[in-house]
Amino acid sequence: MSEIIRLKTPLTDDVIEKLKIGDQVLITGTLYTARDAAHKRLVDLLNNGRELPFDIRGQIIYYVGPAPARPGYVTGPAGPTTSGRMDPYAPRLMEAGMKGMIGKGARSKEVIDAMRKYKCVYFAAIGGAAALIARSIKKVNMIAYEDLGTEAVRRMEVEDFQAIVVNDIYGNDLYQEGMKKYRRNEQRPDFRQDIQDKTG
Amino acid sequence: MRNIHIKDITEAVKNLCMDANYDLPEDVLHAFNRGLEMEESPVGKAVLKALIKNASIAKDEKIPICQDTGFAVFFVDIGQEVHIEGGSLKEAINEGVRQGYKDGYLRKSICDAFTRKNTGDNTPAVINYDIVPGDKLKIICAPKGGGSSNMSRVTMLKPADGIEGIKKYVIQRVLESGSNPCPPVIVGVGIGGTLEMAALIATKALLRPIGIVNQDPVLKEIEEDILRKINDLGMGPEGFGGRFYAMAVHIEKFQCHIASLPVAANISCHASRHKEIIL
Repeated sequence: MSEIIRLKTPLTDDVIEKLKIGDQVLITGTLYTARDAAHKRLVDLLNNGRELPFDIRGQIIYYVGPAPARPGYVTGPAGPTTSGRMDPYAPRLMEAGMKGMIGKGARSKEVIDAMRKYKCVYFAAIGGAAALIARSIKKVNMIAYEDLGTEAVRRMEVEDFQAIVVNDIYGNDLYQEGMKKYRRNEQRPDFRQDIQDKTG
Repeated sequence: MRNIHIKDITEAVKNLCMDANYDLPEDVLHAFNRGLEMEESPVGKAVLKALIKNASIAKDEKIPICQDTGFAVFFVDIGQEVHIEGGSLKEAINEGVRQGYKDGYLRKSICDAFTRKNTGDNTPAVINYDIVPGDKLKIICAPKGGGSSNMSRVTMLKPADGIEGIKKYVIQRVLESGSNPCPPVIVGVGIGGTLEMAALIATKALLRPIGIVNQDPVLKEIEEDILRKINDLGMGPEGFGGRFYAMAVHIEKFQCHIASLPVAANISCHASRHKEIIL
């Protein structure tokens, strides 16, 4: 197992080029949150030649819809949501300069191809470890689309946010490689083809 | 007849919603620890340790285990000698959900199917009623997250597909789910009945505590075989590769129409939450 790598945002190409699938990272800096509804609005802005509500160049988008914060807390529990739902929008944001995505679950071939093209990396956070993850979130500011409630775009200042590289810029996929390494069933159907059907 | 006032039902439901979301059942925690022993992947072990720590933070601080505090799903067994007084039972349960999700700082995740506008209070709940003998009212609250629900399916197999066909279907469904439903998962399988009955018993199967063996020896054997084959796929915790993808496979069976073999697979994430109360 590799050593834990400390990353600071914004991400630069020379840092991204060194990241490989299975690398465990601790991210310190800024994350922007967005889910399906916010992605649709962000991509609509870009397609209409308008500016985004934040400078996306070098930034990481975290696919999350936090629970409400109890009084005295910066945020409620905030674990990753299923990334596949953002697949239709992710390449357009990479084109605009996004350098990282955090979520859970496999990405489409189109997204993985775009990651190679635009040098963007995909990390998974531990799905469902939301109370634990919230401890690494130190500050949260509303940036845009407050009407979307939990789905609004927020700026999160994080310290040692724990994640793992699932797709690097070389086309590798931890979900596939990890499974290959530990599988005992040789009669396994083709995983890549199957997951294209996912809806989550 | 025994009278139960809706005020008591609302209060009970409010507390169930909060407790279910803060407090992971002991059997699931035991399963995490058992998984830690059998897991071969270092990353898989790290994930399980994080999940154990996460559950402990949630319980101690009374915050949700997961930000997705789910669709509020209820199983209500109404004793036939119970009389509900003071108003509508359905409204009493929905009011309990409203209060529990507001006061408990739980996420409101329910929206209109077309406009996607959030209802703002996590209602309406999904309520399954059953009339049973006796003078008690039993309410089970089992919040269901979106990520794992999206991976669940129901299908109508051919009777000729038989037990092998059922196994193949369930294993394929799990394989296609990958990391999406936040493994280690519990796979609830409903076999037989109608389309809706298969889905319902698959959901009920998720309520059986892990470690309680199926009373039907045939089903027990099928459960063990599917579980072994799922974990042999090597997907592991969170799908990062490893031994411990599924904590358990639970099957419920119902009689079939002579022409049909319905099968439902309802996958639960590792935050397999449910709490019950008997009034």
